[in-house]
Amino acid sequence: MREIEKTFRNLKARGEGALIAYVTAGDPKPEYTPRIVDALINGGADIVELGIPFSDPIADGPTIQAATLRALKAGTTPRMVLETAKEIKEKHDTPIVILTYYNPIFRMGLEKFLTLARKCKVDGLIVPDLPFEEASTYKEVAESHEIDIIFLAAPSTSIERLEKIIESASGFLYLVSLYGVTGTREHIQDSTVKLIEKFLPYTKNRIPMAVGFGISKPEHVKKIVESGADGAIVGSAFVNIIRKNKRSFRKMLREIEENTCKLKKAT
Amino acid sequence: MPEILIVALEELEDAYKKLEEDLEFKRALQNYLSKYAGRPTPLYYAENLTKKVGGPKIYLKREDLPHGGAHKINNTLGQALLARRMGKRRVIAETGAGQHGVATAMACAVLGLKAEIYMGTEDIKRQRLNVFRMKLLGADVHPVKSGSKTLKDAINEALRDWVTNVQTTYYLIGSVVGPHPYPMIVRDFQSVIGCEIKEQIQKEEGRLPNGLVACVGGGSNAMGTFYPFLENSEVRLYGVEAGGCSLESGKHAASLCAGSEGVFHGMLSYVLQDEWGQIQTTQSISAGLDYPGVGPELSFLKSIGRTEYVYATDDEALQAFQELSKLEGIIPALEPSHALAFAVKLAKTMSRDDILVVTLSGRGDKDVEVVADRLGVQI
Repeated sequence: MREIEKTFRNLKARGEGALIAYVTAGDPKPEYTPRIVDALINGGADIVELGIPFSDPIADGPTIQAATLRALKAGTTPRMVLETAKEIKEKHDTPIVILTYYNPIFRMGLEKFLTLARKCKVDGLIVPDLPFEEASTYKEVAESHEIDIIFLAAPSTSIERLEKIIESASGFLYLVSLYGVTGTREHIQDSTVKLIEKFLPYTKNRIPMAVGFGISKPEHVKKIVESGADGAIVGSAFVNIIRKNKRSFRKMLREIEENTCKLKKAT
Repeated sequence: MPEILIVALEELEDAYKKLEEDLEFKRALQNYLSKYAGRPTPLYYAENLTKKVGGPKIYLKREDLPHGGAHKINNTLGQALLARRMGKRRVIAETGAGQHGVATAMACAVLGLKAEIYMGTEDIKRQRLNVFRMKLLGADVHPVKSGSKTLKDAINEALRDWVTNVQTTYYLIGSVVGPHPYPMIVRDFQSVIGCEIKEQIQKEEGRLPNGLVACVGGGSNAMGTFYPFLENSEVRLYGVEAGGCSLESGKHAASLCAGSEGVFHGMLSYVLQDEWGQIQTTQSISAGLDYPGVGPELSFLKSIGRTEYVYATDDEALQAFQELSKLEGIIPALEPSHALAFAVKLAKTMSRDDILVVTLSGRGDKDVEVVADRLGVQI
């Protein structure tokens, strides 16, 4: 059994949902990332998503756009991010998922990218701008390297498409909670709860469903998990902590760990 | 493209396909193109320029004359009518030079739609006049401060808006770029340029030209010029990109000449990128060519050898801009000034019996400030 599946299974047995934590790798500097991830894992993150910074992040709001710019300015490359994953995996069993737009993969070459990802013990990949119908080769290559491919579903996704996406996906299904880009929101919309309830009968016993976009507070996480989702994905909230504490690394790590702890308790 | 937009793209494709048999739509578009936008545009024999160069007969396809001063209105009228058909009352668009923004604002005004235009702050600075025009036409202009603050980031921001408001909003892309079906839709609406050239040159000269020259940013006027001629293999097709300072300096926007294959803005095409696939910022005197990607069909035509791509530098474009103004009394936009600069070079290698057609994709009124600044003139 692969690590991501194992993680969700163990959590389920304990009656918990997964806390999936996202940070943009290399923000504010590449050498900070492993310690930031330590703090996330020590705080209780069940899965960590590392974002490869890309020049044109069309699915991201201002928070992650700014993180991307900081990481790129600091010289972060896709290879560095994958090697950071390896460094993390030497210390932790926690599954590491790489989130990247498609062009950095395409530029390196699909086979080369996935070979390197495998070598760096990456457990899964999320490519937010690659719809499943364009992904057949990518899926094959990822499967051959035993890397989970995590597809996204959105409020606009029909049940017919959802069925096909679930068939193609492994690891978990990433449900985009709302019409919009990444970034913190004050409340979880009722439509998000309805969306989870609508898709749940199709994912149940087939693939874990994790919900992302606009989830930043413990009460958000609680609501998502109570609605029946198997996990909640929190990103911009962590990126905000990193941005606010650029000058005090120790405070940054402490706040990340504390915040993770609070979020995890809500699962 | 993000999953959230896939359904909208499929809906768009379905709605567009239905237009093929929609006589009412065709009549409406035809009516707006002729009575509102002023089509057909003339194919003008530039005798003074021809004499000066001493080569082939040079014709100019006067896309500087349609309403709004550029070819952009051909596409915006088509797509705005389509938006109305689809029941979407809110239209968003990106703009570089501002010509597409103006043309979108015009089409939306006349068709009773709400237009919101995304424009990089860098472009707002160099195209202030167009910003004010858009506002006069009732559009909202959203300044885009992210990334390079030019066209590429305006597209990013428009896409982010679309992801958020896709249920109520039509995204009116201004060039043959972006995810399918946009490159096809924009090409089809712009093909009126090439179709008219074909008819007009037959009438004038009784034959097809030896070559067609058009500037290439995203590639809409080039694709519109070339498309009806793809079947005529004897007609050579030249796309002229923005060479900026020079290709060697890296400060340019010549995706086809100097780029490599990449996936960007929902298309597989030539892009300017670094070794890690990060999209690079571009530089050109003309805001309309300042884009690090290019239409996928133009890339395809390169791969099969049907088109030839070259570039003109800022300085060459600037010279052609002044030359045409003085010789023919036509102030061209800086974008087609690139095409003119190359056409003059090309003409010197051709015979007097040959015919060359250059698409003059816009007029230069919007550029006079930039040009004055470059020439060190205070106005």
